[in-house]
Amino acid sequence: MALEPFSPATATLAGMPARLLFLLIPLVGLGCFAWIMARRMIPLLRAAPDPRLQRVPVRIYLVLKIWLAQWRHPRYLLAGVLHIVLFLGFLLLAARSTQLVVLGFVDGFTLPGFGGSFGTVYNLLKDFAATAVFVAVVILAVRRAAFKPARYEVPKHLGKDHTPEALFVLALIAILLISESLFEGSLLAAKPEAASLLTLAGGFQRMLAGTSVPTLAAINLVAYAIHDLTFFFFLCFLPLGKHFHVLTSLFNVFCMRLEAGNIKPVRHGVAEGQLDALKSFGVKKFEDFTWKHILDFYSCADCGRCSDRCPAQAVKRPLSPRFISIKGRDYAFQHYPLLGKTNAGPEALIGGLYSEDEIWSCTTCGACEEECPIGIEYIDKIVDLRRGMVDEGLVPKSLQKPLSALEKRGNPWGKLEKKRADWAAGLGEGFRVKLADQGESAEYLYFVDSISSYDDRMQKIAQATARILTRAEVDFVILGKDEKDCGHEVRRFGEEMLFQSLKEQNTEAIRATQARHIVTSDPHAYNALKHDYANLPPVTHVSEVIAAGLASGQLLFKPVGDPSRTYTYHDPCYLGRHNGLYEAPRRVIDGIPGLQRVEMPGNCRDRSFCCGGGGLMLFYEPEEEQRMSVVRVEMARQAGAEVIVTACPYCLTNLEDAIKVAGMEGKMEVIDLCELVDEHLLAADERENR
Amino acid sequence: MEILVCVKRVPDSAENEISIGADGADIRRDDLVYSVNEWDNYAVEEAIQIVERVGGSVTVVAVGTADAEEVVRREMAMGATQGLLLVDEAFEGSDGLGIATILRAAAQRGQYDLILTGAQADDGAAQVGGMLAALLDWPYASLVNRIEVNAGESLRIGREIEGGSQEISEIATPCVLSIQTGLNEPRYVGIRGIRKVASVEIPMLDAAALGIAEGSVGQTGAKVQRVDYFVPQTGLGAEMLAGSTVELASQLVEILKTKGGLK
Repeated sequence: MALEPFSPATATLAGMPARLLFLLIPLVGLGCFAWIMARRMIPLLRAAPDPRLQRVPVRIYLVLKIWLAQWRHPRYLLAGVLHIVLFLGFLLLAARSTQLVVLGFVDGFTLPGFGGSFGTVYNLLKDFAATAVFVAVVILAVRRAAFKPARYEVPKHLGKDHTPEALFVLALIAILLISESLFEGSLLAAKPEAASLLTLAGGFQRMLAGTSVPTLAAINLVAYAIHDLTFFFFLCFLPLGKHFHVLTSLFNVFCMRLEAGNIKPVRHGVAEGQLDALKSFGVKKFEDFTWKHILDFYSCADCGRCSDRCPAQAVKRPLSPRFISIKGRDYAFQHYPLLGKTNAGPEALIGGLYSEDEIWSCTTCGACEEECPIGIEYIDKIVDLRRGMVDEGLVPKSLQKPLSALEKRGNPWGKLEKKRADWAAGLGEGFRVKLADQGESAEYLYFVDSISSYDDRMQKIAQATARILTRAEVDFVILGKDEKDCGHEVRRFGEEMLFQSLKEQNTEAIRATQARHIVTSDPHAYNALKHDYANLPPVTHVSEVIAAGLASGQLLFKPVGDPSRTYTYHDPCYLGRHNGLYEAPRRVIDGIPGLQRVEMPGNCRDRSFCCGGGGLMLFYEPEEEQRMSVVRVEMARQAGAEVIVTACPYCLTNLEDAIKVAGMEGKMEVIDLCELVDEHLLAADERENR
Repeated sequence: MEILVCVKRVPDSAENEISIGADGADIRRDDLVYSVNEWDNYAVEEAIQIVERVGGSVTVVAVGTADAEEVVRREMAMGATQGLLLVDEAFEGSDGLGIATILRAAAQRGQYDLILTGAQADDGAAQVGGMLAALLDWPYASLVNRIEVNAGESLRIGREIEGGSQEISEIATPCVLSIQTGLNEPRYVGIRGIRKVASVEIPMLDAAALGIAEGSVGQTGAKVQRVDYFVPQTGLGAEMLAGSTVELASQLVEILKTKGGLK
């Protein structure tokens, strides 16, 4: 349905057929684009292997949810909704853009299937879409230029502000939208029927009403040329900066990690038994990253959500996950330039691109990965970088001692193995713990782990757990001196071989008990046994056992001691984010009659704020302005809570310290879920009297 | 620069609960874990760093039973070029002079420009370094916390003086230095590092190979005998300060000054 004077394919420009120009622009544009993409592929091809094609149906589901439905975007409501408008509008307009490009050399071209009534509906929709996107672009530009949300800030030492690039791209998008609408509007102006005033095209139609047809045709041609040029410029500009995500996010989401809580193997394709054969461990130079991790760098949109939720960043540790990506991308662009030779050498990343303290600052809480709208990974990168540092001997003194003690004694304090079960002596009358090292066995194995075995304060968690299990009539045994530290942080701090050794010893001891279930009160042990170990009986956290006991009536609570106090629940990272266990602990707390519980709004469940980290993180001395745990206690106080309930010995340690540091003793209290339950459980004789 | 570093395997005071054995002259050793003496670890790291700067080799030597191989191997995993074990039943029970005598014999078998020892050992008496230097008739500096290699046959070394002052000296090589902790950050050695050097052979020399006369070292040659070993009785407890916060603070400052904690 080409209107003769309005077809760029048949127009003439300076005496030449315009078709030549409109064929040349896409050819040059696509040629440049192909060249750029080929150059961008080089580091990916040199990178470490990373199989990401397993479980395709799940991956498709994730693409539909995370990419197409933009699932994580509304977590930041304004920016999220605006992005959804932009993104869906883009998708809708992609067909129109393709059609426009071809219209330049094929007169009256329509995409296959866009001819009939679908085409009519589409044409109506795309005008609204273009207008909606335009409005979003204007709001985004104002927001970016005038309101400057803090999370986009670039600290001086990390380079230049990214606002100009963002505004430039918004301007390009606006030009695309305006030129397309002007192209459409100039065409409409020559037609009698009026388009909706609510669209840009309709607006242009009104503006151009009464203009002569030759002028309209000229405007139409210029609008087309602008659109065509801008379109291909934009396409080639995308892979040069943070807008690469427009192209890569689909693939990044398709290839995103499918499991939480786990850690990548040292090298994909190398079995644990063959690790000794590897010449080098972890990431030392850029190409040691896996190709997916480099794709992550390319895909970072610099939205700042990761760092905004990062507890290390919140207390001003020298780590900002956002810059792990941006620095990585800058490195790739510098060392793999579009023109000329690649200049990638064997230069060490640590001490250059990244600093030791930066990489040790991460508690692996997972808040960044939970937030990233396009599935960028950080924990595996951090762990790989740490593996590289450990392999080079770059381990802070504060961590060398506990690591050495773990190697020799199986616990980070170097306490005697034979004292590992000493906590059980303090259980109180009527309670006894079976010991596997004394030849006893049971259906359940209670994996206590180091801190609850040896730390005076945390032993109370082990004792409370043992009493709860007894009351729930769970027949259980502990490993005693045969138990070693689960090695959760040993692995996450990059000491893979020590972790493997601890894992082997524990696996052997656990399997020897012939227990059919494992229960633990320590989320780090829970996560390690569940995700880092293999060939073990199923693992449950004690909160699940308690919740089941309440549901079945096996366990009964007495009313809360002081109903005037307000409680809140702090989600441990390795129970919540990494394992999705949010409900059981809450059900347990809410099961105590008369207990009042509030949430920490905006900072609970998958947005829980890390206490400062467990395991070896207790020994690390970070550079920071404040303790994470102090920030967390303040969040609880602001929520109106006086008692923080948690379900992790490390959270308890950090939060109790914070209360002392912040001088809030007497005003705030922290208690472990097991202790709370232990205090409120009715004993058998009490139950009979009810 | 050819460097010999003398290391000792000691019960790690941080990872053991030390108690006195029945005879009262030694600690109970049945449930102990051992590691390389901390000072020696700094000495090895320093030697490796010197060799990284100026070239040469690092040899790590230990006197003891065959168990000492564990710590020599660990230091080789750090980056020492070779190990040397001095093991003989006749060495058992040596006093400081005996150990120094054994080490001298080992030192004279090589062409070393520099010998490093830890300033002291967890379970030692800080005596071997000086004695070894005297037996070799080499110059000696103790408590060294800085080493720079000069052009020519000398070193520029820093020594920590009581009270925190720093002394800089020039010392001619060959020489013996005893190393203070904190002069560097010893690199971490994990299981992986040790496995990498697991198959490297470590030569083992006995008294005959070293040309040490029977009876000059070991229990029989020892001129110092330990007669008792005990853990002192716990004192009366902490001194409690009293007064307002300001008074408490000034009392505390006063105490820290008198004890040398503040200047």
